Amino acid sequence: MNERLRALPSGSHVTVTHPAGRHNLVVGIPKHLKVTVDGSAGYFIGGLCDGPEITVQGFVGWSVGENLMSGCVKVQGNASECVGASAHGGTVVIEGDASARVGISLKGGTVAVAGDVGHMSGFMAQAGTILVGGDAGAFLGDSLYEAVIYVAGKVRSLGSDARIEDLTQADVHAVSQLVKITGFDHISAEDVVRVASAKELYNFDALKGTQY
Amino acid sequence: MCGIVGFSCRTDRYLHALGELFVPMLDALATRGPDSAGIALYSNRVPGPGWKYSLRAPRSGRPWADVAAALGKATDKAVELQQRGPDALVITEMGVDELRGVLVEVEPSATIFGFGRAMEVFKSVGSARAVCDTYEVGTRPGYQVVGHTRMATESAVTIAHSHPFCPSADLALVHNGSFSNYATIRRELEDEGVCCETDNDSEVAARFVSVEMSAGATLEEALRAVLKRFDGFFTLLVATEREFAIVRDSFACKPMVVAETADYVAVGSEFVALAELPGIDDACVFEPAPEEVYSWTTSL
Repeated sequence: MNERLRALPSGSHVTVTHPAGRHNLVVGIPKHLKVTVDGSAGYFIGGLCDGPEITVQGFVGWSVGENLMSGCVKVQGNASECVGASAHGGTVVIEGDASARVGISLKGGTVAVAGDVGHMSGFMAQAGTILVGGDAGAFLGDSLYEAVIYVAGKVRSLGSDARIEDLTQADVHAVSQLVKITGFDHISAEDVVRVASAKELYNFDALKGTQY
Repeated sequence: MCGIVGFSCRTDRYLHALGELFVPMLDALATRGPDSAGIALYSNRVPGPGWKYSLRAPRSGRPWADVAAALGKATDKAVELQQRGPDALVITEMGVDELRGVLVEVEPSATIFGFGRAMEVFKSVGSARAVCDTYEVGTRPGYQVVGHTRMATESAVTIAHSHPFCPSADLALVHNGSFSNYATIRRELEDEGVCCETDNDSEVAARFVSVEMSAGATLEEALRAVLKRFDGFFTLLVATEREFAIVRDSFACKPMVVAETADYVAVGSEFVALAELPGIDDACVFEPAPEEVYSWTTSL
């Protein structure tokens, strides 16, 4: 099916019916297609894509939009672990809740979750933005690099080297834009919490040993 | 990798069709565990003091009718026999210790897979579909079922090593993952006089849950104790006569998807196991959080 999708002319509209939780649907599509998936999907849906606009009318398994380069994957239900893992660009939108490790190793993409996210979200995220409309689970932003996480609800705990920083006008603007794109009206851009790297793990601290 | 599936009825809507709904669920996860498969199915409770015993076929090849007659003769108690594939269900008023003692006398190679008022256990090596066909699982009614497809990592591929593990009345445990400190816990259980029948890591967890519950813990409390005591990767599905519960380790490395409707709770390692269930499009589908015990009680 992925091969047939790849063969379609750019701009085509497609509906994938009866996905039945199958893995690797709509993967590796290097062009702009409008794809509607009529039901719940398995692992890696929308992965390795560069351009398509995908809407999943249901639940998705692990690693939706994994390594996305550009385009958008919108999930109208809940999502499993590793949403948008390693995405370089594009946007992954989850209209329900997401499980653990949202945006793990994010490399420049945008991940927006309307509801809650599970533990270790933003783990080692290098660049890009994660917006959480609900609460975030334990160890948020562990070992973050340059990615920024915005949380509208409560943060259960921060991971190593993650810290809460003051919200700037640029942050409010960025979140407002995301709220507009995603339609997550329950998020007030002025009231989110900004989580970013304290950058204390960036360099080896030769004196750290002396603290023991 | 292993596959876990379960289905628990909340209403009487699917009681008659439980097996029919369940077989495709287990079959969908056959690729996660091609070695062996097992099922604990809960249906018509026998009135106390009777018990249902799921017995493994004697390796001696002795006919079941002969074994049942010998059991009845040795104890002077009624023994009702229902053959299922090579194995059998025996309904009797004998308690488990009594039956185990008599089996050692009359037919030691016919071991007990599990027992209870409601639970029947089917397990064998081979594919999910083959095991379901052998025991005609697809035609069986019931109110609750758990199943497992196994890809062995910690111990041998044999019928005895197949899941579910059912060490006490109506208790069934299936496991996806691997425990790392199970030998230590097994030694501790042995010190308390609780012995495992195999060297399988999952059996240790089942015995642990059984010991906790016989000491008065609820299923939820017993699974919280598992979280504290066991190290390793695990997603567990555990059922009792009236409960159905799942728990995942703190990293949540082993998958699980839950679907809830007004009529049922269904769980599976992957959504593909749930995809063909009736009403799934309107179900609440989510992945359970790590270190939390999710449990459901059935009134059926």
